[in-house]
Formats: sequence, C-alpha cells, structure tokens
Amino acid sequence: MNLDDLAEKAEEYRARDAGITHEVRVCVAAACQSGGSLPVLEALKAECSDGGTCKVKGVGCMGLCSAGPMVAIAPKGGTIPDSILYREVKPHDAVEVLASVGGTPVERLHTPTDQPFFARQQRIVRENSGLIDPESFTGYVAAGGYAGLIKALSEMTPGDVLREMTTSGLRGRGGGGYPTGLKWSTVAKMPADQKYVICNGDEGDPGAFMDRAVLESDPHRVLEGMAIAAYAIGATKGYVYVRAEYPLAVERMELAIRKAKRSGFLGSKIAETQFSFEVEIRLGAGAFVCGEETALMASIEGLRGQPRPRPPYPAEAGLWGYPTLINNVETFANIAPIITHGGEWFAGIGTEKSKGTKVFALAGSIRNIGLIEVPMGMSLREIIEEIGGGCPGGKAFKAVQTGGPSGGCIPAQHLDIAVDYDSLKTLGTMMGSGGMIVMDETCDMVDVARYFMEFCMSESCGKCIPCRTGTWQMHELLDRITKSKGTHKDLALLEELCDVVQATSLCGLGQSAPNPVLSTLRYFREEYEAKLTAE
Amino acid sequence: MSLLQTRPALPSDDKRWKLVNAAMRRNGYAGHALIETLHSVQESFGYLDEPAMRFVAGSLDLPLSKVYGVATFYHLFMLKPKGRHACVVCTGTACYIKGAGALVDAVEARFGVRPGETTEDDRLSVLAARCVGACSLAPAVVVNGDLAGKQTADRLVAKLEELA
Ligand SMILES: Cc1cc2nc3c(=O)[nH]c(=O)nc-3n(C[C@H](O)[C@H](O)[C@H](O)COP(=O)(O)O)c2cc1C
Ligand code: FES
Repeated sequence: MNLDDLAEKAEEYRARDAGITHEVRVCVAAACQSGGSLPVLEALKAECSDGGTCKVKGVGCMGLCSAGPMVAIAPKGGTIPDSILYREVKPHDAVEVLASVGGTPVERLHTPTDQPFFARQQRIVRENSGLIDPESFTGYVAAGGYAGLIKALSEMTPGDVLREMTTSGLRGRGGGGYPTGLKWSTVAKMPADQKYVICNGDEGDPGAFMDRAVLESDPHRVLEGMAIAAYAIGATKGYVYVRAEYPLAVERMELAIRKAKRSGFLGSKIAETQFSFEVEIRLGAGAFVCGEETALMASIEGLRGQPRPRPPYPAEAGLWGYPTLINNVETFANIAPIITHGGEWFAGIGTEKSKGTKVFALAGSIRNIGLIEVPMGMSLREIIEEIGGGCPGGKAFKAVQTGGPSGGCIPAQHLDIAVDYDSLKTLGTMMGSGGMIVMDETCDMVDVARYFMEFCMSESCGKCIPCRTGTWQMHELLDRITKSKGTHKDLALLEELCDVVQATSLCGLGQSAPNPVLSTLRYFREEYEAKLTAE
Repeated sequence: MSLLQTRPALPSDDKRWKLVNAAMRRNGYAGHALIETLHSVQESFGYLDEPAMRFVAGSLDLPLSKVYGVATFYHLFMLKPKGRHACVVCTGTACYIKGAGALVDAVEARFGVRPGETTEDDRLSVLAARCVGACSLAPAVVVNGDLAGKQTADRLVAKLEELA
C-alpha cells in the first residue's frame, strides 16, 4: 500500500458521510462519561431525525473536562473553535440542542469558543481529540490517520525516519525530556535479533490526566507512533503499559489494536511490506514507581516493580535483556505528524531547545479545569491567567505545582517565565509529565510538601535505604512541623536529609522526592518558620 | 516449561477457576503473565487468598514466595475479601487540595472505617487511590467501579447510605 491507496481509502470512508453537513459530537471520555454523557448521546441519537444531514457521534476529550458533559455542533470536518460548544448538557436538552444545528446557539448551555481557553491552543497531539470517534478505525483513517506509517514504510528507510526524528528536536514527554531521536538511534544501532517498543501509559503523577485523555480519545494515534518507532529501530513486538485505574483507556486501546490488526496496520506484513509488528497491552496494578522505566519493564516481566541501576539503559539491555525503546504516550502521539509534515515543520514550533507543543492538565484552584495544548515557550501567566482563567472566587494566586511528587512549585513572582524543559529547571522544578496544580492564597505550602512526602514514602518500592527510610524520616519531620511541634533543629535535619536522599537514592523516585520540600523552602520558607516552636 | 510438567488441578469446581485458567492458557502459562493472572483472580473472586496463590504458583511453575511477593507489592491486589460495596476515595493531589481529606473523615464518622478497612457487616470497603485521572472533577470517588466527581461529604455519605 502506498500513500495514494491510503488517500483513496480515506476518501471512501469520508464518502459514506456524503450527505451530512453537520456533526453533533458528544464527549465520551471518562470525565464526561461520569457526568452522564452516554445518556446524552443516546437521547441525541433518538431525537435526531432530520433525514440524514446531521450525524450524532461520540468523540474524545474536548478539554474543558470540569464542564462536562460537553457537546459540540460542528460543520462537517470543523474543529472545536469552529463549533457551537455546549456545557453540562442533560438528556432533556436534546431537542433544543438539535434545533440549534445551523442556527442560533442555546444561550443557557453555550460556551463561547473564541475565549482564550480554546483560541490560544495549538493542537498537534490532540488534533483529533474531540473530533473523531475513538472507537472507529475508519474515522481515524478518514481524518488522515496512518498516513505517517504508510509514508515511513513506502517512502522512507529506517535511517530516514531516524533523521527526521532528530531534526524535529522532539524530547520525551514522560518527564525527563530526553531527545527522542537520539534514543531511537541508540536502540537502532544495537545489533540484536529481538527488540521491543514500550509505550509508557502508567501516568502515575497524581494530578496529571493527559495520557489518559490521549489513550481514550485517539488510541490509533499512539499505535501509529509505536509502529513507526518499531520500523525505525527494527523491533517486531510492542507493549502498551496502562495503569489499571484507567479501565476505559484499556478498553479503547484493546479495541484499537484489534481493529488495526484486522485492517492490516498491525500484525505481520503490514501494508504488504516485510515489516511486522505485534502489540499487546499490559496492566499496571497500582504502583507509582512502575512509571520508572526499569521498574516498568520488571512489571511487564511479571516481577515486583522495582527499579534497577542504570546503566545498562533499556536501549542496550531492556525487556528480557533485549534492546528496548521506551517512550511516553504523548511522545508517541507526536510521531505521526512529524513524519507526515517533516521534522523541520515540528522544529519550527516552540523554543530553541524545547520543540513542539505540550499538553498540560490544569487542576486545583483554577477556573477552567481541563486539558490544554500550547506551544512550548508560552508564559506561565498566559497559561494560568488567560487560558486557565485564574483562581476562582476572587482568590489570589499563590503558586503552581508542576512535575508532581518529583517537581516543585512556582510562586507568583515567576509567572512570566516561558515554559520549557530548561526554564523550569532553573526555578527548581521540572516540566514533568504536564500536570499543573494551581494553589491559591488559602493553601498551606508546608502541608503540600508533607502531602508529597507522604506520597513518596508510601510509593517507595523499598529496595534502597535512602529512599525507604529517608522519605519516612522526612515525613515524620514534616508532620511534626505542620502540627507546630517542630523545632529549628528539625528543620535543619530535614534540609540535611533532603541532600542525602537526593544524592544517594537508586532511582528517580528517591532522587527527586526532596524536590517539593526544597522548592517550598526556597519560596515559602517563612511559612515553615512560622510553624516552628522554640527549642 | 517442560512438557512433562503437571499442572495442579483446579482448586474446586467453582466455574470462576476456569476463567483464571483461561487467562493463564492465553499467555502460554508463562511466568511473566503472573500479574495478568492475579488480575483475573481478583476480578473473578474479588481478592487473592492462599489457595488461589498456591494454584497460580503451581500452574505458572513459580515459587509461592514470588507470587506472594508480587501480590503484596502492588497496591491494587487485595489479600482480604472486600465488602459488598467498594468506595475508592481519590487522594491524589488535585483531590487532596479540593478536600479529599474531608471525604475520608466523613465516611469514617458515618461508617467507622478508614481507607483499607471494611465495615463489620461486610457491607462497605473504603479504599484510597492516588489519582484516578479525573482531576477535573476533584474531589473524585469511584463507587463500585463508577466514577463520580465533584463530591461533598454529604453527597458521598448519602450515596453510600443508598447502597443496599
Ligand atoms: C518515579 C518515576 C515515575 C515515572 N513515571 C512515569 C510515568 O508515569 N509516565 C511516563 O511516561 N514516564 C514516567 N517516568 C519516566 C520514565 O522512566 C521514562 O523516562 C519515560 O517513560 C521515557 O519516555 P520519554 O522519553 O518519551 O519521556 C517516571 C520516572 C520516574 C523516576
Ligand atoms: S487527583 Fe483525584 S483524580 Fe486526579
């Protein structure tokens, strides 16, 4: 199969909807489903009887998750900003919603799409999200899906793909920001008769739900990225590791694998070439440390998810000792567009050292809670005040926490920073996977630090002593301080322990566990001191 | 795995063992399918008890200690039976900031159980999770598998009281 054949197929699928002028799209991702979007979908389907110019369908996440169930009325092929968008739709709104197709919006439910939350986004990873039916293979192909894979297989050598990835400047979205092209090239160079591709969908960082939305909204996009990676590095087998807390993501991914296989985009001799690639799902079982790559591989092997020292890196000796490429869900979702539009195109977006866009999950004390995708380098102020709408209830912004339990917080005086991998590091935090938890003036920063330490303590796998006992001791000290029973000596001991645990832990969990403490101490030391008692 | 190896017989004629066995067969009785297998045991029986772990160990040709090690390592596996209903309170960051602690306290005040415990009458188990990925609806709970967002203490207690 070549690109022309695929384009023909896409045209054929689109032709099935020839008479349709408008689509009524109902979000069926997890957050909207829990708000009751499935009954809304049913009601709209039952009421829609206009002789076939309007199609009601379930789609993935539209972003404004706190206002669900979301429904969009779009001209066929239109994007979210082209749509009339409705929030908190109930089944009994169906008649009114349908009556507004092609007409004036229902005022009561209407959410303008020219507000910054929608207008300022740039969607690459989430370009299909909220537009296509995540359970439909034909819908993905009709939207241009699998063109990246077919282009790679029919027009490019593995070396060409690697070069394109390096040109793009894409860096891993799982937190570390390691250059993806370099990682792929390392695995590709390894002489081995078996190699693996792993997609890290563990998303353990509490407060992050970007990967969940990608898996639930556009699973084929992730599979396509994995298949392109497998072709480039010479792998024939892949695993998608998804946390068991995401049952809908697992279900959609399973369905996508089955459909891709049936249509010849996975399995043996893909698109009539010599390239074969099988994908299986592996479930997590509720352990944060399993997001760490070596622990994740142990978990796939059926072992306790304990990390091991690196080197050797997975690229040299990974799953069952074979060279293994492991990337994050969002990283894989960036691959197909890079291959389709070229590495140069991607490198034109973002900042000098951080290319492309980043999906962020806005949560906490912020008006527009949900998912956004913006170019790297956008200022934090723009993200939080304009796109996010600031803190609700007239409360003053205090800090935003990024990078989860491994990251830190950024106070108001640094809001003008341009967000990318390197700038956040200079502030003592990190990009992490993209969770942003906004805290207002009522938030107690010492308690936040205690909270994250408790998290790291209970998630420590117990293999190395600095992390196992260090996090426990630090939590004791923080607990004492939050209860106003700590002394200056306790605070000094806490700071010393931070250094030791950071320097001597085996894996990233322990090495970064002190970060939330160090960062709150850096910006909010007076809050700690106000809680201390005299010796 | 040698061809001569004999696999243990199903522990009883309970049909659910067939489901567990099917999960193992699908993975060729390979040791690396241990976590998959334990998931299927827990899905079928609700928890992992000693006979189940012995059966899995024998079938996958793994030492019992390894099966036990894995079962206790992962938070999701339960070694004790759950109550008839399960309420998971998310205590992830977003939910914590929005008052997950108050939900936990309210449930304790009304039903006398903290996360990890089950009521005396086996009616309700309360569990805690670190982020269920519904941060946009914080604070979130999962009651008998169904996600419910934007909870208040009163709403949650009322919801749990309604369960039979
Ligand atoms: C404690 C810990 C937890 C992690 N959790 C995740 C996770 O949930 N998802 C993820 O993609 N990467 C996670 N990582 C990073 C992975 O180890 C790995 O670097 C990443 O999956 C590589 O993919 P990337 O290059 O595409 O970012 C974690 C790392 C550590 C140390
Ligand atoms: S923190 Fe509760 S759902 Fe994410």
